[in-house]
Amino acid sequence: MRKVAVIGLGQTRFGQLWERGLTSLSVEAGVKAVRDAGISQKDVEVLYGGTMSGGLFANQEHLASKIPDYSGFKNIPSVRVEAACASGGLALRQAYLDIASGEHDIAVAGGVEKMTDLGNYSVTKVLATAADTDSEGIFGATFPGLYAMMAKLHMHKYGTTEEQMAAVAVKNHKNAMTNKYAQFRKEITVRDVMESTLISDPIKLLDASPITDGGAAVVLASEEKARELSDTPVWIAGSGHATDSISLHDREDILTLKATVEAAKKAYEQAKLTPEDIQVAEVHDCFTIAELLALEDLGFVEKGSSGRFTEEGQTMVGGKIPVNTSGGLKAKGHPVGATGIAQAIEAVKQLRGEAGNSTGAEIALTHNVGGSGGTAVVHIFRR
Amino acid sequence: MAVPKIWRKIPEYYNLIGRQCPECKELYFPVRDVCKKCGCLEMTDYKFEGKGQIVTFTITRTPISDPEGENTEIPARDVPYAVAVIKLEEGPMLTAEIVDCNFEDIEIGKNVEVVFRKIMEHGAKGVIQYGYKFRLC
Repeated sequence: MRKVAVIGLGQTRFGQLWERGLTSLSVEAGVKAVRDAGISQKDVEVLYGGTMSGGLFANQEHLASKIPDYSGFKNIPSVRVEAACASGGLALRQAYLDIASGEHDIAVAGGVEKMTDLGNYSVTKVLATAADTDSEGIFGATFPGLYAMMAKLHMHKYGTTEEQMAAVAVKNHKNAMTNKYAQFRKEITVRDVMESTLISDPIKLLDASPITDGGAAVVLASEEKARELSDTPVWIAGSGHATDSISLHDREDILTLKATVEAAKKAYEQAKLTPEDIQVAEVHDCFTIAELLALEDLGFVEKGSSGRFTEEGQTMVGGKIPVNTSGGLKAKGHPVGATGIAQAIEAVKQLRGEAGNSTGAEIALTHNVGGSGGTAVVHIFRR
Repeated sequence: MAVPKIWRKIPEYYNLIGRQCPECKELYFPVRDVCKKCGCLEMTDYKFEGKGQIVTFTITRTPISDPEGENTEIPARDVPYAVAVIKLEEGPMLTAEIVDCNFEDIEIGKNVEVVFRKIMEHGAKGVIQYGYKFRLC
């Protein structure tokens, strides 16, 4: 396998973007990434685009044809990648494998979701299709509901508190203050979270990531091209992907995302690194409990101790391992298909020294989850 | 919604009929066509008793039904309602609503039994779908 670098970054603002459609968001992100790499559209050899549901959210499928056409990538091979909320991370991995294999030298990996053209009720329903519609969705399990059941059990088994979960949201909102693309640039307090509307006990409105429109893209290049085109290539040192049962009730352990454990294991092995080596991480905090579970499943803390670790400030900038310095899904926003790519963008910015909350890190990890843990994709980046 | 999609789920949803692997005897609910353990494809039907324990649960407070009634594919559910992961006595786990009780009485580890209830209506003129829910026992 050849070495692969990230040489270009592009993203749209994240938020409720009434004036922007699915195609427009995709094009802006992709073309910005191409320009950031110092190349032009004609240099792009292949496109991998992650989107959870162009069909259900925006009534448009066949994005693998439409997006390269509107982006000015003429007649290139183009693949639409879907793994629910991990679609972006998986698109990145497919582009990585493509370049690593030697098939192409320059790829764009993108992600997009246009969510606010539907009402809230319909969005909840579309998101619920990332769970098992036949055995979960139809019986009343929503996404907040599934993560709420994990939170309830984590509290029951390990004594994790609602305030510890709230600390995740408080930290991520604080981090988003320096991210000009973030949906929410407003600090909140633990009390704000505790007093916000109860959605699905114990998950409250401010424990949840929002409904977001947005696009994100990166340019990947082979080692030869990267050294020719970029002064600041960031290398993909490890890439792992694993799946598990789509339904929460079929897991070996409801509090372990085995897909995360397995994907991380592969990424760590490939990068010849351990969890202790990771200096900054973007993890999948679709709900605050999800960030706590990620800290455990990625090996940063012992099972059951993530709540205390977070409450102590160890995941804040300046802590033992800064997590979600971009604001995370919680505050940066969660356009589901774009999220995995936006995480990679923050990781690369950290390593380039361009991040809003700069940590000076040389090794970064990203962790993108589909559904309640049916898919996980982990990447490790090095300067 | 097309009627066959509802009709073909009747044994599973009405009577908790899952699967058993004739080779390794592993039990499955919800229905699976292939044994996860040994890969056998010739699975046989297995009727579960409908008794189990609450593994975890939540009370969902926000509506997921569409108040405008425009989207007929969304379950018509009044909030709040309780949803749980339940471990059946025979081993498999499933997701279902907990009904006929005060929410304060629902706890992890409590015993539950199956009841037959309306699951959703597919619009004003559509099919009414029935299936399993559980109650404390």
